Amino acid sequence: MATTEEIRAQLAELVNEVAGVPVEDVQLDKSFVDDLDVDSLAMVEILVGCEEKFGVTIPDEESKNLKTVGDAVAYIEAHS
Amino acid sequence: MTEIVITGLGATTPLGGDVASTWAGMLAGRSGVSLITEEWAAELPARIAAKVAVDPSELIDRVKARRLDRSTQLALVAAQEAWRDAGFDWDAEEGVDVDPQTLLVSLASGIGGLHSLLNNWDNHRDKGYRRVSPFTIPMLMANAPASNVGIQIHAKAGVHTPVSACASSNEAISLGIDQLRLGRAEIAVVGGTESTIHPLPMAAFGQMQALSRRNDEPERASRPWDRDRDGFVMGEGAAVLVIETLEHALARGAKIYGTLAGSGISADSHDIVQPDPSGAGQAKAMQKALANAGLTAGDIRHVNAHGTSTPQGDLTEAGSIRNALGAATDQVVVTSTKSMTGHLLGGAGALETIATVMALHDRLVPPTINLENPEPDLGIDIAANVARPLPDGDLAALNNSFGFGGANVAVVVTNANQTA
Repeated sequence: MATTEEIRAQLAELVNEVAGVPVEDVQLDKSFVDDLDVDSLAMVEILVGCEEKFGVTIPDEESKNLKTVGDAVAYIEAHS
Repeated sequence: MTEIVITGLGATTPLGGDVASTWAGMLAGRSGVSLITEEWAAELPARIAAKVAVDPSELIDRVKARRLDRSTQLALVAAQEAWRDAGFDWDAEEGVDVDPQTLLVSLASGIGGLHSLLNNWDNHRDKGYRRVSPFTIPMLMANAPASNVGIQIHAKAGVHTPVSACASSNEAISLGIDQLRLGRAEIAVVGGTESTIHPLPMAAFGQMQALSRRNDEPERASRPWDRDRDGFVMGEGAAVLVIETLEHALARGAKIYGTLAGSGISADSHDIVQPDPSGAGQAKAMQKALANAGLTAGDIRHVNAHGTSTPQGDLTEAGSIRNALGAATDQVVVTSTKSMTGHLLGGAGALETIATVMALHDRLVPPTINLENPEPDLGIDIAANVARPLPDGDLAALNNSFGFGGANVAVVVTNANQTA
């Protein structure tokens, strides 16, 4: 099972690939929209990317609750 | 009538990544056609194409590029060159260079974001709907190239995308001229783009028997008016012009390549793919363009023909040029630059308008290469295989584009008002 830091680091790579955010900025306390300037369509791509990367399913209705990087990492930890 | 001048040129084509290299390639009679080496082409009847010389994705920010269809990437590369050539800053804040309310974009694509559409369909079919990119629609829509250019340069007088198959970008130029003359804008970015070197269109045009199958000699495949021609060669690329009212250009001290003197549009309303064999519709477009420009047949010294290298199309056009220009045809040098670039479909008219502008500017008509055994009795004088000089003095030229569906669009260029 991957550690929290390993999941965060992999997620950071994904956010960088999709939205161009520097990997070091993708920290647990950061909000995707407010801090990292990730728009709604990029967010969809990131979450679908998580499904491929971590083997989790993130329903559309769940995605609105994943406001911060930490929210997403916690969801992945709980469901993968 | 308001005079419309050309103040910026940009292109990315099978011959080069900009206008200078493309134009040098044309004058040298260089072919941009090569074998498609990807595995998907192996079984196709036509396995040759004219791919762009410079991959656009290498020139655009990585994150931005993955949200843009290749056709839009090409349009942005060409538009950036044209905008800078006109003396503007591509990255300027809104309102710094140009009043956004006076600036419009009219930029065509014949087919649209085909790679984005088909690649996302592949993902949907193979991996399910969750793998369809949320950017698919803004990547595949036909107005994506025009809109992305408009966003970049803050064009707020209108962003247009005329679609008429292979006549699309000549129609976009025609619309730009009209909008400027109507006072709806003072400056416009006009042109076209296309990127359709993909298994589906190569198979589909192949099934129509529209494509050359000279797979063993790619550089000799596009041969307009030659007796051994057997279809067109798929090309790829984008071409963009900055045009403005003469008053606007003079006020800002712009360099001027020449004048877009007018345009003419007609419809064959005959068949969905075949031109009216009488050429009446094509001739009508040329005559309307002359009248719109306030010129007569005797003023024309050069025609950049549609000349796709198809058996029927080339013959029809030769006849329609003579129908339109009459005895004055004898003093006209005709060429088809598609012999070198292949057929850029919705990008063709704009690229060939640039070639026409440069031909008048340099007084040199680029050759029609591979014209080894011309069809007999064509009745037109073609710049066969080597560039041909044009005389001194005032020059006017026509650029023809004809599209599936029966669209005919002719544009008139003159060398008036040159300061470049």
